[in-house]
Amino acid sequence: MRTTAILATATALACAAGLARADGKLNIYNWTDYTAPDLIAKFEAATGIDVTLDTYDTNETLLAKMQAGARGYDIIVPSHNFIPIFIPGGLVQAVDVATMPNFANVDERWRFPAWDPEQKYSAPFHWGTSSVAYRRDLLGHELTSLRDFFEPAEELRGRIMGFETPEEIVNLGHLYLGQAFCNENPEEMQKVQDLLVAQKPYILAYSSEGVNDRLINGDAIIANQWNGNAFRGRITAAEQGKDLAYAYPVEGVIAWADGLLVPTTAENVENARIFMNFVMDPENMALQSDFTGFAGPITGQDAHMSEELRGAPEIEMPADAKMVFSFACNAAAQGLIDRVWTNVLR
Amino acid sequence: MALLPARAPLRRTLGLLPAVAIILAFMVVPVAIMAVFSFLVPRSFGGVEWTFSTDAYVQILFERMLDDSLRFSPGYLMIVLRSFGLALLATVSCLLVGFPVAWFMARRPPGERNLWVLLITIPFWTNQLVRTFAWIIILGRNGVIEAPFRWAGILDQGATLGLMYSNLAITVGLTYTFIPLMVLPIYASLEKLDFSLVEAAADLYSSRLATFRRVVIPLARPGIIAGCLLVFIPSLGAFIQPDLLGGGKKLMLGTLVQFQFTTARNWPFGAAIAMVLLALVMVVLILHARAARPHPAPGGGQ
Repeated sequence: MRTTAILATATALACAAGLARADGKLNIYNWTDYTAPDLIAKFEAATGIDVTLDTYDTNETLLAKMQAGARGYDIIVPSHNFIPIFIPGGLVQAVDVATMPNFANVDERWRFPAWDPEQKYSAPFHWGTSSVAYRRDLLGHELTSLRDFFEPAEELRGRIMGFETPEEIVNLGHLYLGQAFCNENPEEMQKVQDLLVAQKPYILAYSSEGVNDRLINGDAIIANQWNGNAFRGRITAAEQGKDLAYAYPVEGVIAWADGLLVPTTAENVENARIFMNFVMDPENMALQSDFTGFAGPITGQDAHMSEELRGAPEIEMPADAKMVFSFACNAAAQGLIDRVWTNVLR
Repeated sequence: MALLPARAPLRRTLGLLPAVAIILAFMVVPVAIMAVFSFLVPRSFGGVEWTFSTDAYVQILFERMLDDSLRFSPGYLMIVLRSFGLALLATVSCLLVGFPVAWFMARRPPGERNLWVLLITIPFWTNQLVRTFAWIIILGRNGVIEAPFRWAGILDQGATLGLMYSNLAITVGLTYTFIPLMVLPIYASLEKLDFSLVEAAADLYSSRLATFRRVVIPLARPGIIAGCLLVFIPSLGAFIQPDLLGGGKKLMLGTLVQFQFTTARNWPFGAAIAMVLLALVMVVLILHARAARPHPAPGGGQ
């Protein structure tokens, strides 16, 4: 494609400044199934940098490895709630993302986030939300409040599914009650516990797997769900003539975002900066989104995304929807969450 | 057992070495690691601090209040009781299903028996997770069991038998998973059973029930006890079945341990619960050792 070729050349030129000393290596340490092969191929072709990929599957694994002093990684991809552990911990270095040319492409909403207010350390990457997905055809109306989930009407009882992860469901409870996450106030935690205990008899199952299956076969009508999964669920449901929707309740949805960061121990810092700049290009981020099915932070990337993903209501959040970011709780708050969960399940 | 020659002790010790090494490497060392971890302090984001503490054990029975006082909290005790209850239920249902199967196998002609043993073990070749998932399809709404009811109009479109996500589903799952562990030991003891004893009992006008109770059961007892233990112990710590078939709505000991090591990020507490679970299993095993002690019988026992 002509435009692709032009853009690729442009990108290569944009990077040319760094290119002279850039040849060499870039070691990326990313989540499993989270790095688009097309993106890497394009990056290698444009810059001549040789990319090596290694993967992990939880933030805790990444953190533990970095805390143990792991060397040899130039790019890591922690979630927003872990970034505030990495920065003060001295595990990552400042690379002045805000001064990179492609930073101009970053959507206003994703600039200078709370977890990196000066955008010194992190380049924005994918983001997503969790809320509830529901069978609109069985519910009979739009789901506008989490009331349907937490205090279900007669016909919904026994057909509600919640996530198995206590943080997720406790956070959703806080959201419904208008309380803060990682709450250490015993009275407010008690309220969440009462809410979940009252909801429990109406719960079909607490599970994070097979949620789409249960919704599509009608076992469940409302279920906790991630936006990316709800997107895939809706496509499958539609093939069977069923109407699955992702809700943006008035109380809000829980949001997360991942960032690209450079560890203090990185050996190819300049190449890492070239990569960060490269990813903040609309066409390149679109490659990533097409591969993962999650939204990106770059203005204009939609135009390059697949038809299915472009304009998908699960991915493109309505402008008036409220989103609240979760964060990593300290041991005391985490302990309270675990206690609430144990009391709910005992 | 054949008598060993006089110089056997050395050879016997050497011969035991591989077994001892395996027990050391795969049992003693992991258990020791768990024991050590159970006395440490959890770090905020996973892992442990190397500080000695008994908090993990205190936490099992007591809740630390905000003013640092301790209050008795039965939450975890309930989980222990529930796990025992479900494990017991699974054991009884395995016994009820397994004994007739073992009896049937033992009564086949000798050449045919190996085939039956093979058939019993075949499901073991498939991953436990896959086999458990299959039950979701069988028990679920519109599943294999419900579909005919719905088709016949006995069950309304919106209604369900509610088989899935219940204690019944967990028991079915556990029974299905562990049944070979019940059948095989019982079969082993029934196979050795001298059926002329059963005939003799009949000749002496013993009723069928009395023969079963006073001849078959006592002779099959070692197999029954072994089978019950082999089913009971893994059921006590099972977490796949409660999670997938019970809908994760009620914590069991196994799920509780798994939860502490993953989302709760409290390794010492997880290790402490695992140690308690181990202690409970030890109690069961000691009771077994007592029950299995040969009864003093005239003429010198077994």
